[in-house]
Amino acid sequence: MNSEVKDTRKFLVTPSPHLKAPFNVKMVMYVVVIALLPALGGAIHFFGLYSLWLVLISVATAVLAEFFANLAFKRPLDSCLDGSAIITGMLLAYNLPPTVPLWMPAVGSAFAIIIVKALFGGLGHNFLNPALAGRAFLMASWPGKMTSGWILREGLGTTSGIQVDAFSGATPLAVVQKLKDVADPALAETTRSALNDPSMLKALFFGNVGGVLGETSALLLLIPAIILIAIRVIDWRIPLAYIGTVALGTLAAYIFKATPVTPVFHLLSGGLMLGALFMATDYTTTPMTPLGLWIFGIGCGVLTVLIRLWGGYPEGVSYSILLMNVATPLIDRYTRPRILGENAKKKEKR
Amino acid sequence: MITFRGGIHPPEFKELAEEKPIEIMPAPKQVVIPLSQHTGAPAKPVVNVGDEVKVGTLIAEPVGMISAPVHSSIAGKVKAIEPWVHPVLPVPTKSIIIEAGEEDELDPEIKPRSDNEIEELKPDDIREIIRSAGIVGLGGAAFPTAVKVTPPKDAKIDTLIINGAECEPFLTADDRLMREKPEGIINGARILAKVLGLERAFIAIEHNKPEAIRVMTETARSVWPEAEVLTVKTKYPQGAEKQLISAILRREVPAGGLPFMVGVVVQNAGTAYAVWEAVAKRKPLYERVVTVTGPGIAEPKNLLVRIGTLAADVISHCGGLRPSASKFISGGPMMGIAQASLEVPVIKGTSGMLFLDSSKRLFAVAEESSCIRCGHCVGICPMKLVPAEIARMAEYEKLEDAERWGILDCMECGACAFVCPAGRRLVQWIKYGKTLIFAERSRKKGNK
Repeated sequence: MNSEVKDTRKFLVTPSPHLKAPFNVKMVMYVVVIALLPALGGAIHFFGLYSLWLVLISVATAVLAEFFANLAFKRPLDSCLDGSAIITGMLLAYNLPPTVPLWMPAVGSAFAIIIVKALFGGLGHNFLNPALAGRAFLMASWPGKMTSGWILREGLGTTSGIQVDAFSGATPLAVVQKLKDVADPALAETTRSALNDPSMLKALFFGNVGGVLGETSALLLLIPAIILIAIRVIDWRIPLAYIGTVALGTLAAYIFKATPVTPVFHLLSGGLMLGALFMATDYTTTPMTPLGLWIFGIGCGVLTVLIRLWGGYPEGVSYSILLMNVATPLIDRYTRPRILGENAKKKEKR
Repeated sequence: MITFRGGIHPPEFKELAEEKPIEIMPAPKQVVIPLSQHTGAPAKPVVNVGDEVKVGTLIAEPVGMISAPVHSSIAGKVKAIEPWVHPVLPVPTKSIIIEAGEEDELDPEIKPRSDNEIEELKPDDIREIIRSAGIVGLGGAAFPTAVKVTPPKDAKIDTLIINGAECEPFLTADDRLMREKPEGIINGARILAKVLGLERAFIAIEHNKPEAIRVMTETARSVWPEAEVLTVKTKYPQGAEKQLISAILRREVPAGGLPFMVGVVVQNAGTAYAVWEAVAKRKPLYERVVTVTGPGIAEPKNLLVRIGTLAADVISHCGGLRPSASKFISGGPMMGIAQASLEVPVIKGTSGMLFLDSSKRLFAVAEESSCIRCGHCVGICPMKLVPAEIARMAEYEKLEDAERWGILDCMECGACAFVCPAGRRLVQWIKYGKTLIFAERSRKKGNK
């Protein structure tokens, strides 16, 4: 006992655990930002450099809006750079047609961040996906601008050889919807087979079709999403449940002739990949329980199929996710996992 | 590989001490032996200030059903019986302070039993030996072992598990004991099985201790072939009782219940060894193996330390603290308790003394931000709870909700707080909620 060299230093006292995995919210967010970059590259490639401006303005507005909201609500100012506002800005822009005026992403992002996120308490407290709610706001306010101005590079009407005025300048899913109203059975049939042609499916997979900025290429969304799932940044249940439900639902519809196109077309077209992989997997607005994640994914899938087949819009991904966002607190409440040992029977006395 | 559902893989840091053989620390000049060093009622002193004691002399006797006697760990004179800082309890608690005499002399009661004597012991004799030796669970919770091996009459015990998982990062005491004293542990297991009326036992060891697995398997073959060494997956908290039972037997201990309800008794490997020493040598529990480790200690060691030795003395024996040491934890890093003072004694439940610094981000106190509802805590919770939700309920003192969501089933393993990207103080809030619930319960009881 060397009492002459008594150690009198002060120790830090905190509750256990005393180890903490060295990753944080900011890192998670920036990983998602990186995962969203391939789709941005795709947008620039397919729709031109203007796409980049739309995304940059959207992101800049989102970050600035977060900064001013923090100022107004006396929250830590630097949280505007935690990456979450950047994701919101990117996703909002990804949901815009490629020729909208530059003020639209700004208005949409500001709405998403200030109204949908900040007013409800900021990160972790919003009950709707901000980007999707921002898109819904733009859709309700400027429906014309939000449903036109598509850029078609190849896809329908150029590669397939069909020249039909009614279909020009439409996204593939809009063509599917308009097909319902085609009176001429011969035209309907050629269009249908053109839609299901492998070249069309290939275009959908690689992204060479009309659509909003970030949705067209299934490939550029799938690869980073699979990586995110592999490194456990996003959970696999919602994407699988969502895409699986749409696959099964549209397969049944295709068999019963409720939709003219195959399930493969449905999976690759519209915003399904962007929605199922990057927006239905938003942490805050989706359930936390394993069963809840399944219910959320299946619910999104069912709603998407219903809207696509029988709704007024050609596409239903964003409204499906928003509706399920609203149901999330209830889902969480009723899907509490069974605790280990809960209702476990005591071993029979022998 | 055998395991439970959920759990985490924190860095192990076992390399600091796993190759350090157990070293016997000489008896210190003074020990401070708290009367509370087990789950249950504190023991009652049976010595007075000025009394002479020897190593292993009974100095306090149990009070009530769940309690354990306490023995002197050095030979000398009782200097004082007064409150002293305690490594687990938040306030100084009554402790017996003993000053060493000239000779480190064993109590004359401590003498070996012959093999014949051991074989003739009846289960109740062994229970009494365990009880009077003051043996408690050495894995950390320090539940009196005699109580654990005396299940209710109608409980049918069919499995004994010796827990050598040692899933806490940094700690290597059980690993070393299994490598160096495998015969004692396996004999202890045999004795415990006999008490419980069983013919065999499982010995569960995590995959990251291949040498312990090898030595224990070989020794079991020659000493007691009915002991089956099982390799369990290295995953935290693999060594938690309910998780270990789930992993090995796929049985679920009822919520709020104890392992005997599913026919199982789990004993730590160190406890089995202490049982063997009590039976074979009549040795009460007055010393234990403690892993002294971490980046903040000069020479990490596995030390056989007398109960009541002050942390300051243990540190001097390990080359002192490094200047960088900024945190002192009694136990492991996941469930251990941060200490403010080097005056705390080693108690029966002290499995480790860990000294952390700020050399790794892992050791830093994370900045806390809002829950982003990522659900990682739900996925890894070994009890299948929703930690984020329960912690929030506790924070807002929604105690009924918290109870309905299973706050009392939480064992505070800390896996959720480890993974939380928002750095939420999940365990802290859950502890807070539990404290409020228990306070409310005792208040209601008092009103009746």
